[in-house]
Amino acid sequence: MIPSSPTVDAVTANRRAAAFQTRSIKTSTKLAGLKLALAMTDLTTLEGKDSPEKVRSLCRKAVRPFERDEEMLGERLPHVAAVCVYPSMVATTREALDNSTQGGGLSSPPSLPKVASVATGFPSGQYPLAVRLRDTEQAIAAGADEIDMVINRGAFLSGRYGIVAEEIREVAAVCDAAAHPAHLKVILETGELETLDNVRRASDIAIANIRDGDFIKTSTGKVSPAATMPVTLVMLEAIRDEYLRSGRHIGMKPAGGIRTAKQSLHYLVMVQETLGHLPETDGCPWLSPELFRFGASSLVNDILRQLVKQATGHYTAAYDFSEA
Amino acid sequence: MTIANRPSHTPHHLDFATSLTQWEYAPAPESVRPEIAERYGLFINGEFVEPHGSAEPYFPSINPATEAPICEVAQASDADVDAAVRAAREAFPAWAALPAKERGKYLYRIARRIQERARELAVLETIDGGKPIRESRDVDIPLAAAHFFYHAGWADKLRFAFAGREPAPLGVCGQIIPWNFPLLMAAWKLAPALACGNTCVLKPAETTPLTALRLGEICQEVGLPPGVVNIVTGDGRTGAAIVNHPDIDKIAFTGSTEVGKKIASAVAGTGKRLTLELGGKSPNIIFEDASLDQAVEGIVEGIYFNQGHVCCAGSRLFVQESVLDEVVAKLKVRMASLRVGDPLDKNTDIGAINSRAQLDTITRYIDQGRTEGATFHESNGSVLPEAGYWCRPSFFSGVQPSDTVAREEIFGPVLAVLSFRTPEEAITRANNTPYGLAAGVWTDKGSKIFEIASKLKAGIVWLNTYNKFDPASPFGGFKESGFGREGGLQGLRAYVDAH
Repeated sequence: MIPSSPTVDAVTANRRAAAFQTRSIKTSTKLAGLKLALAMTDLTTLEGKDSPEKVRSLCRKAVRPFERDEEMLGERLPHVAAVCVYPSMVATTREALDNSTQGGGLSSPPSLPKVASVATGFPSGQYPLAVRLRDTEQAIAAGADEIDMVINRGAFLSGRYGIVAEEIREVAAVCDAAAHPAHLKVILETGELETLDNVRRASDIAIANIRDGDFIKTSTGKVSPAATMPVTLVMLEAIRDEYLRSGRHIGMKPAGGIRTAKQSLHYLVMVQETLGHLPETDGCPWLSPELFRFGASSLVNDILRQLVKQATGHYTAAYDFSEA
Repeated sequence: MTIANRPSHTPHHLDFATSLTQWEYAPAPESVRPEIAERYGLFINGEFVEPHGSAEPYFPSINPATEAPICEVAQASDADVDAAVRAAREAFPAWAALPAKERGKYLYRIARRIQERARELAVLETIDGGKPIRESRDVDIPLAAAHFFYHAGWADKLRFAFAGREPAPLGVCGQIIPWNFPLLMAAWKLAPALACGNTCVLKPAETTPLTALRLGEICQEVGLPPGVVNIVTGDGRTGAAIVNHPDIDKIAFTGSTEVGKKIASAVAGTGKRLTLELGGKSPNIIFEDASLDQAVEGIVEGIYFNQGHVCCAGSRLFVQESVLDEVVAKLKVRMASLRVGDPLDKNTDIGAINSRAQLDTITRYIDQGRTEGATFHESNGSVLPEAGYWCRPSFFSGVQPSDTVAREEIFGPVLAVLSFRTPEEAITRANNTPYGLAAGVWTDKGSKIFEIASKLKAGIVWLNTYNKFDPASPFGGFKESGFGREGGLQGLRAYVDAH
């Protein structure tokens, strides 16, 4: 399905996005926001040189982001939302998380980060559809809870929106048909779409062809610019409009370029003020890893630094935290 | 297989432990607290002096967010105004004869001093007038400085501005300004007048005199020759004394159309020059081909900026019928996110209404709108403080063009939403008003922009934006919105005799 999309005026959209950065987020609000941002992070490693060792270390970080949290902060911090890897690392990730002895986080019974796998010929998607679908199937079979797919930018940029829509629908069907149906995140690769009009149109196409609770995502992290606030704003507006139209909740994942705790708070402010006041909804359901994620890796340690600063009044050195 | 027909997933089936559906912003009060004296005199001939001749020489200035008195301010009598005019008259020849680049230097110094004292001025503006610190900090004070910078540059270039003529200053200017942008309006008035070589007697509004008095201090700090700028505080009686003073060469007034008409009658036949910047009921027109989310931002900027206390506020919204429901739905969501409350909190979007009297006026209009049959919407749930003057952002739908809320200036955060079907109808309805200050047009279609803008009878037409101000851009109205321009090359004309 190809919905019609509104246009986006970039001047005002940029200005609106910048306005969120002027909010003053202090004390209890900051603390709650930082912990939430931590819990929303899809801790990511997507390198050709990824090794099982690195992935296992990432999994440990994902389950217990800060080993000395109870000692230094007086509380157990939440685990991150997911570990995001290439399909070849899914089995390793699954095993590392399942065998995690430190599981727990804040909930009871203990929960664990999800296994997210990029698929569909990530990052370019320049493969036959059959290969991309098979890629998805295998990642799920290897233990992925979530699939981060890429859209067909070639088709999109040449105006063949029907192909983009159809391919997203087929990937969603694969995710749905698995024994343990996987969540889908649709990467628009907004850095290649260039205009906010394109971002909005691609968002609407993706949203129309995924399921309630699935995500749209900005970037692979392999193209610059990756996530930006204006792009994320336009995508959140598409999500808001879908809620107003159908009541469905579509998730959002900005990925790439979000490195500081402060940036993550700016994004949360944007979520709160774009999706926090919808009719027939209490509060903001998007202020949860259920519906909002950060695709990031170095973000986690900056959040930890800020949390330690809030608790102790002192900044700690970067080397005081384990590598993400 | 069609996914759309599947039973929908609930959005909460991932079972994450950490979520935060209510994320309340903790208070973020501005920490600077400027010193405020118990009592302020009048700034005449370079000195702060006590008022003479009024039965009640001082009156309190109230913080509209708390209703607490801030300090006492002088009520200038006829005699005080006369002293100020005499000081300005005496200062005039030397000021006018000063090499233009030297005049420019004074203006540059004032501009820099405003920047240096920006935080203090912003807090003071917010305490005195109720506007959110976010706006006084990011809009009022920087723009006030910008006006002095801009006009400092004109001071020695007037012969280029009026090529082939000899621009001469007018003399003593009596300038009366409103309470909605106190320091900014003072800058709009003083900067061009001084740049052109005039001397001034400025009267700030009764409810918001504090930043103008600080500007008097700044004039002292930069060594401005005594008498070049005089600042007299007081109510309408002080304003009348200025308007009726025989030795004033020019009156510049920003305020209500009602008072503007009185001033125009009083000045008629006296030979005084006059510029008036008065009220408005400006149309903001959204076409179906506009970028709607950004247009909604434009509605918010247009009517809820500064609690709607803006003469060019986009208070009549015209939406093309095909997108009316969508725009209204988006507007409701956006309005709900506006934060109403303590103006000194850095996260406040909408502060306090400037005075009890203004709140009463707004309330009366809201009641009238309901009585006349329009539907009132108030989707904002902010908890209002107990003391102070507050009004949540709201709008009326189902408004008829003949309704009072669609015709009269409310000067508050209350919008009248109307619809139209064709461009012709939009123009006819938009122009059907005694006012003609500003207008907004929202469409993605370039050709339509130029067509519509050229047919709107308004001094300022904003295209795909609203409430944008710049010292280089002339501001002023048609019809009952006044005459004369402020800012830009055009604004200089009001302060020179070019022959």
